[in-house]
Amino acid sequence: MSRYLRRFSRTERTLHWVNALGFFTLLATGLILYLPSLSVLVGRRPLIKDMHFWSGVGWIVALALVALLGDRRGLLRTARELDAFDADDVRWLRRRRPAPQGRFNAGQKVNASLNAAFTVLFLVSGLLLWLGERDTRFRFASTVVLHDGLMYVALALLVGHLYLALIHPATRHALRGMTIGTVDEDWAHAHHPKWAPDYVDGDRTRR
Amino acid sequence: MSDPVEEPAGGKPEPRRYGRGVFLLTVAGGISSLAWGKSVWGHVSGAVSPVASSLAPFLPTGGWRIYTVSGSMPTFDRATWRLKVGGLVKKPLSLSYDELLALPKASQVSTFHCVTGWTVQNVHWGGVRLTDLFDRANPLPQAGALQFVSAEEPYIDYLTMPQALLHDVMLAYEMDDKPLPRDHGAPLRLIIPEMYGYKNVKWLNEVNLVSDAGSGYWEQLGYDQDAWVGRSNGYSSAPTPPPPSEPGRSGFLTR
Repeated sequence: MSRYLRRFSRTERTLHWVNALGFFTLLATGLILYLPSLSVLVGRRPLIKDMHFWSGVGWIVALALVALLGDRRGLLRTARELDAFDADDVRWLRRRRPAPQGRFNAGQKVNASLNAAFTVLFLVSGLLLWLGERDTRFRFASTVVLHDGLMYVALALLVGHLYLALIHPATRHALRGMTIGTVDEDWAHAHHPKWAPDYVDGDRTRR
Repeated sequence: MSDPVEEPAGGKPEPRRYGRGVFLLTVAGGISSLAWGKSVWGHVSGAVSPVASSLAPFLPTGGWRIYTVSGSMPTFDRATWRLKVGGLVKKPLSLSYDELLALPKASQVSTFHCVTGWTVQNVHWGGVRLTDLFDRANPLPQAGALQFVSAEEPYIDYLTMPQALLHDVMLAYEMDDKPLPRDHGAPLRLIIPEMYGYKNVKWLNEVNLVSDAGSGYWEQLGYDQDAWVGRSNGYSSAPTPPPPSEPGRSGFLTR
């Protein structure tokens, strides 16, 4: 029988799914505003524009609330984990083996940093678009380029993320870590041995 | 393990804080792009435009974004549509679509600039010059400005008479050699390439000659009355000078 290890806390999972919900809402409303074919099909631009703006505000507020009301210490520990790259992580990024990984592999760490930065940039450029419509001091010719460019890069990262989480045979098992919180111990040992080290060659010493 | 360079002697090395580096560099790069983004994007989109045109349904075709201010786009019915020309004129007009097409046709290639920062180069427009409408409607001497009324309520905008008589101002019913599409203001829109798009009223169905220019839809929300490209709406701190190509023929209506 498989044993399971807890990989993500409730706060971490809530943060992830709030982030996902906000992103998809913003992506859907944003594409309606952005793509001429969808703009024509859906119409109702003032309503969609309001929905997009307030979804963005709601997204940031919801992320902040989860972080503040949830397990703050745990999140800080996770942030430090994501920040730190050891020699194995550098080897992993250079595709050199062996490179045993911790709870997050180096690619997940880079992805987390990029997504955090994109959140800040989406917020800044989005607010500038909103303010610029009301006061020309906040208007820059490149704001719209930044906001749209972020969308393309974030979408590319999302496609890769969905592939790894849902389709790729070696990694899709990780999905249950983000839904119910636990992952199979054998899988964890194979993919994240520095995080699940106690289990060595059939000797199930953990718990 | 087999890489001595990364395993310094003396036990476990300190992990490096690359995560915050990636975060801060990305944020800094993104913020700085407010200064260089548009010019770089111009080069990139020029290079990928052959690919992009095949992806047209998934990309803003040719760089256009479709902006509307009301819940739905006006629909064009060729049988009942009329262009009304009224206000301070001797002879008010009510032109059907076919009558409009029968007027002398003008063509031009001009660049369309949106105040939010995007630009579409070399758009082919076909339509009528305002002077050809004036020849039929005969504006009164006290007419100093034009009011353009969109079928998309409450969109409205104004040009002064000298602005309206710039050489490349037109009422366009063709875009890129096809009838003006619905999302671009079918069947008729104003084109004034010297000014940002919000002055280029779409779904035009009424032109009224008035004594003075009032405030249009976006001007009432704080945009500049005179939307000169590159010299208004915060894009230049210099006071807006008169346009460079003030036509000599604006004298036919003296105030």
